[in-house]
Amino acid sequence: MNSTIKEEKPKNTISKVLEVILTMVSRPSGLIGLIILIFHVTLAITSPLYVPHDYKAIDPSLMLQPPSSEYWFGTDSLGRDVFTRTILGGRTALTVTFFGSLIALLWGGAVGIFCGLVGGKIDDVVMRIIDAFLSIPWILAMLLIVSLLGTSIIVLIPALGFFYGKGIVRVARAATHDVIAKDFIVSARARGHSNFSIIWNEILPNVRDAIMVEGAMRWSWMLLGFSSLSFLGFGVSPPTPDWGLMISNARGLMSFAYWSVLAPIFGLSSLIIGINLTADAFAKALGIDRSTKAPV
Amino acid sequence: MQQVVQEIKNLSIGFTSKKGQQISILKNINTKIKKGETVGIVGESGSGKSTLALAMMGYVKHGLYTISGECLYQSNNILKMKNRELEGIRGRKIAMIPQNAGQSLTPNLKIGYQIDEALKLHTNLKKENRDNKISELLNKVRLPSPEAIAKRYPHELSGGQQQRVAVAMALAGNPDLLLLDEPTTGLDVTTQAHVLELLNFIAKDTGTSMVYVSHDLGAIAQVSDRVIVMYSGEIVLDGPVRNILKNPIHPYTYGLLKSIPKLTLSGLPDSMSGSQPQPGTIKQGCSFYVRCQFAEDKCKINSPKLEFVDEFNTSVRCFNHKKLHKQKSIDTSSSKQLINKIQKNEILDISSVSISYAKQKFLEQLLNKIDDSNPTVKDININIDKGETLALVGESGSGKSTILKSIAGLIKTKDGTIKFDKKKILSNDLKKRDANNLRAIQLIFQNPDESLNPNHTVEEIVSQPLKLYFGLTGEELKQKIIEVLEKVRLGEFYLTRYPRQLSGGEKQRVAVARAFAAKPDIILCDEVTSALDVSVQAAVLNLLQELKEDFGTTYIFVSHDLAVVRAISDRVAVLYQGRLCEIGPSDSVYKFPSHPYTEVLLGAVLEPDPDVKPKLVAEDIVEEKPPEKGCSFQGRCPRILGEICKTNVPPWQIDENGNAIRCHIKINDLKKQQKLN
Repeated sequence: MNSTIKEEKPKNTISKVLEVILTMVSRPSGLIGLIILIFHVTLAITSPLYVPHDYKAIDPSLMLQPPSSEYWFGTDSLGRDVFTRTILGGRTALTVTFFGSLIALLWGGAVGIFCGLVGGKIDDVVMRIIDAFLSIPWILAMLLIVSLLGTSIIVLIPALGFFYGKGIVRVARAATHDVIAKDFIVSARARGHSNFSIIWNEILPNVRDAIMVEGAMRWSWMLLGFSSLSFLGFGVSPPTPDWGLMISNARGLMSFAYWSVLAPIFGLSSLIIGINLTADAFAKALGIDRSTKAPV
Repeated sequence: MQQVVQEIKNLSIGFTSKKGQQISILKNINTKIKKGETVGIVGESGSGKSTLALAMMGYVKHGLYTISGECLYQSNNILKMKNRELEGIRGRKIAMIPQNAGQSLTPNLKIGYQIDEALKLHTNLKKENRDNKISELLNKVRLPSPEAIAKRYPHELSGGQQQRVAVAMALAGNPDLLLLDEPTTGLDVTTQAHVLELLNFIAKDTGTSMVYVSHDLGAIAQVSDRVIVMYSGEIVLDGPVRNILKNPIHPYTYGLLKSIPKLTLSGLPDSMSGSQPQPGTIKQGCSFYVRCQFAEDKCKINSPKLEFVDEFNTSVRCFNHKKLHKQKSIDTSSSKQLINKIQKNEILDISSVSISYAKQKFLEQLLNKIDDSNPTVKDININIDKGETLALVGESGSGKSTILKSIAGLIKTKDGTIKFDKKKILSNDLKKRDANNLRAIQLIFQNPDESLNPNHTVEEIVSQPLKLYFGLTGEELKQKIIEVLEKVRLGEFYLTRYPRQLSGGEKQRVAVARAFAAKPDIILCDEVTSALDVSVQAAVLNLLQELKEDFGTTYIFVSHDLAVVRAISDRVAVLYQGRLCEIGPSDSVYKFPSHPYTEVLLGAVLEPDPDVKPKLVAEDIVEEKPPEKGCSFQGRCPRILGEICKTNVPPWQIDENGNAIRCHIKINDLKKQQKLN
């Protein structure tokens, strides 16, 4: 009697991940996004091994050289090689924002699911606190934290993670509300499972995808936020190369030395586009079960 | 020769699968809808009946396309028409009434405005004439005080009234053909009977042809002149309603009719094995071959053609239909009788339980009390014996699911106690119940799509209670899971499947397995069969009964389907507005309904027999709240005595069969009056 049901082999985690990736690259936008992202990540990891020049070597005689065969993207106002600084410039940004969004994902997801499940007064209080934080301009709050605690990575990662996690709380809570009314949760409750067990076994597998997609989206926003901080001089301290900082330093010279600002802008925007496209394709790949079902 | 409204010629509709294969959902459909005729299309979910109905409107769902054939309306193929041409036909010449009227009416527009819109679009009437027409239409669908209704918003109407408004809107353009897609499926029994009666009246009154799509043979029997039975995208039987339902000459229809529980018969119906094949999986032979009890070798290789049988004026797609002739009418005496070993000790004692949904005000919250003199559920006293099946029946809002949830501890009771196993009082608070009490009471839900976690495999689903209550792990756990699955007749290979890979019946079996894995004493069944197809329903009911006989489990079975309740229960409790009306052994409740509400309910049940018409005794008004004083049924009672019913709560009376009813009229007088009708 079961001949009619499509045979599908049980999947382990690896083959599931593989399937998601394959679906992602099956669309041109996903493929492009993933290529850009992988390119940036590889560059960030391996670039110190092959940069042509020293990123902090100052040479006044080479000030603001236009692009040449020696200095591909020209030199900046201190005579440093822009190409070298550009390919190194994503390292800090990528590291900080990657771990930052991971933190945002974890705390935002945990608080969101918990509030969605327990509801009632606890939910009310927590959500009002989140709302209060949402009403504070994040950049102001960040500036306050950074000026009080310094600009080290140890401060930046959790601070960014906290501020970008607020949005994830709302998404996780909404996703939890979607499944909470379903009978399988009621059934688990009636059996007498603990809250933790309900969250871990019943809710998490059903909201995981939504939270992960949201986290991936937040990553690109956080990257922009982090670069803005650097631009304002509150991110990475010189002479560490960073796109935000580079744009900030070279912005006055834009009219006659466009190259020194163009390269970091291109680096930053291509990475953001890459992350956005990937996150988009990721979302579509995870939602695959609904959209490609036979229209019966 | 009657005029033909629509003709469908050789129509095939399908889609292209991911592998590039063309898969048909409808295969070579040929039929004619004549003027003034009501055609019922029946079939289980996935048989293509809705696709066919939509094609009659020139609509093909996204992703599907017409493979071949045509759908002729006034000798034009509407499937090839441009949108502009279709606008002139849809709604005006061919109108559709959807399944859920509540969702198809715009929530923020008044009823009158919405009908006016339809009139503007489909007629050339002037403003003042349109107003009259609106009243006329609302009158025609028998809505009381049309002017008042026109000023209301959809949410201010009951489900039955919304469906009537949808009918009125469809009639606005004076259509030649009315398509109805499961129009009464979500409605209560009494409302359903009233709406069907209205549709019958409209069909006769206006001479509109109707196509009535439903899975419910009872509804089809009441409205149709002709019935088309669909299976796996094909017409398998097409003929006059009496011939089809009384003398089905196709094995599928025969099996289907046998699997429907009947009001007049106790005991479980026969079930049909298997389920409908997925589109595209049948390569050759008859699509019903795997499930057919009359199948022969040739059925596996050759697909039968639709062949006209003079004797019955019916077309049938079967090689062996002559064999079925001899079977003559449906023989139901073979239905299985229940053998329940009921031990006379109370396993559950529900005494004077009240449940209130009233929200606490701030002050009351502080004082931790609920002040509600008129709770949703009141004065429920039921004792349940071990091994018994007690059914709670009633229409929506009768509080039957609420009572079930309070037994499970999901809703707090306001007053009263629920005692388990004679002495143990079950706590109001789920968290305070001990593991053994939690294990003893398990729930099975209505819709297995919702009650099984879509991201868990069958193994994980069934393992939950085993891990929680018995602490099983590793190999022992796995063995136990396999053992439990075998009990519900699912093989070991189901372990790694996800719910989406299972059919509806298989999913419900997994839900049953999960409940039984806890070795419960009581299983609470909340409308467990209403989301399932008829043939699957019978199989699940049979399974539940067998498991019960094996384990001696007690069932509390909630359903709105009175025929299903009749089949499975030992005792029935009839509820209205959260108050008990009647409670007694099923046989006697169904044979001699004594309480006026039971009489109304049973009278409205639709039998799959065109000659048994429902008795419409009471109005189908829906009451929002139970009355403050007196009898709960006073608002709709056809036998109301007068003032006493409105002021005093009726006393309990018990007759010689053990039926207890709550009514001011003497039980024997009631019986006499009922016999007179």
